[in-house]
Amino acid sequence: MNIKFNNVYVENVSTVAGPFVIEGPLKDKFDKKFVDFYDGEKTFEQCEIKELESAINILLDKSHHKIEDVDFAVSADLMNQITISNYAIAKLNVPYLGLYNACASMCESILVASSIINSNYAKRAICTTSSSNMTAERQFRNPVEYGAPKPKTTTFTVTGATGIMLTSDKTDIKVTSATIGKIIDMGVTNVFDMGSVMTPSAAYVLNEHLKQTNTKPEDYDFILTGDLGIYGKELFKEYLSKEYGINLKDNYDDSATMIYDFENEDIYAGGSGPSCLPLVVYSDIIPKMKERLLKRVLLIATGALMSPTMCNQKLSIPSVSHAICLEVI
Amino acid sequence: MVNIMERKEYQKLIEKHKPKENKLKNATIAFLIGGLVGVIGQGLVDFYQSFENISRNEAVSLMMVTLIFLSCLFTAIGFFDNWVSKAGAGLFVPITGFAHATTSSAIDYKREGFVMGIGSNIFKLSGSVILYGVIAAYIFGIVRFVFFGG
Repeated sequence: MNIKFNNVYVENVSTVAGPFVIEGPLKDKFDKKFVDFYDGEKTFEQCEIKELESAINILLDKSHHKIEDVDFAVSADLMNQITISNYAIAKLNVPYLGLYNACASMCESILVASSIINSNYAKRAICTTSSSNMTAERQFRNPVEYGAPKPKTTTFTVTGATGIMLTSDKTDIKVTSATIGKIIDMGVTNVFDMGSVMTPSAAYVLNEHLKQTNTKPEDYDFILTGDLGIYGKELFKEYLSKEYGINLKDNYDDSATMIYDFENEDIYAGGSGPSCLPLVVYSDIIPKMKERLLKRVLLIATGALMSPTMCNQKLSIPSVSHAICLEVI
Repeated sequence: MVNIMERKEYQKLIEKHKPKENKLKNATIAFLIGGLVGVIGQGLVDFYQSFENISRNEAVSLMMVTLIFLSCLFTAIGFFDNWVSKAGAGLFVPITGFAHATTSSAIDYKREGFVMGIGSNIFKLSGSVILYGVIAAYIFGIVRFVFFGG
């Protein structure tokens, strides 16, 4: 399903990056850096809440707004009950929607907020995401101090928080359209290979978006998928070509492969997590759009809806992806 | 027209893009590190046996306690997980792995309290080893008693 927006614009963005990400190729572009997983807090979870709070505060400061100017907030993270978002936004006293679509949450939250702004129910909204390698490891995998060999297809959850402020007041960058993806389950059970889980849903939503907006991949200056990883990216290109006859060229990349320093860090197939795509987009792509180096960008946030409980019960992992198109006007 | 790829066909495509794990290299590292742990263990047994009043059986127990203590200590200090992820089975199959799994679980849950945190979760990873270790010991004990007279 495709939605077109007439009056939704990007007012500002904020990025807070944590360990490993701050050593990556985008290290000079973040608003704030957290050098360790605690930053003076007692637990990893409490540190992640602090990171999300910083992202929100930076977003408000940068755009010279108080929280009262914001009509509502939409937030997502990986923890059960979207704990991080709940605790970080609780202090703000602002109407709030919490979402969960795993790593597809960035596009999902922009899609929801844009729809509300586009219907003139609200003037300004913030969408935030958060993830932390440590809290994700604890919840989805093993204790953080437990070392076990992992296959090369494993992705390494990104630590960081991001925020975007959307408004109905005209700015340089417009949110033009969005496509809601479908949940697709191709029977992948390997918890160490999320790229293969998410590829079919990413391909579906890309094809659907191109079809419904009557565009071709060449019409976009840049097409960016979320967190398919080094191997998932190649699989995606081949799957897309075989299944839908779409061939991606140099204007395509995957944010998982752009966020880490692959030569000096041991991070397997690349980044993952709800903050992976927005950290790349808000620190690198949006500034390039402001400089008019990129004019039309298609973002596809890819989410593996992995539940350790269902994986232990031998069910395969479903996935969902959503697309958002940003344009410089 | 869109053709819907079958799951089996997709699985083939996944296999095609799957990176090759270097099994020979991994096995060699595990063999060498595992062997090294054995050599250290034997060294410790010899060392403890060099004391006059320690028997061989006691020396073996002391060696195990020493290896367990070191794995727990190194896990707590925070670098043992990097060793295990590189050495693989060379470190997680010997008793060092059991100690590492138990300690890392305890550390992970310490902020959630002694009962609901550490108490409930310390054997999260190593519980299976204890359970099936005990069951296996019973079965082999019975087999030994029945066929070999104890």
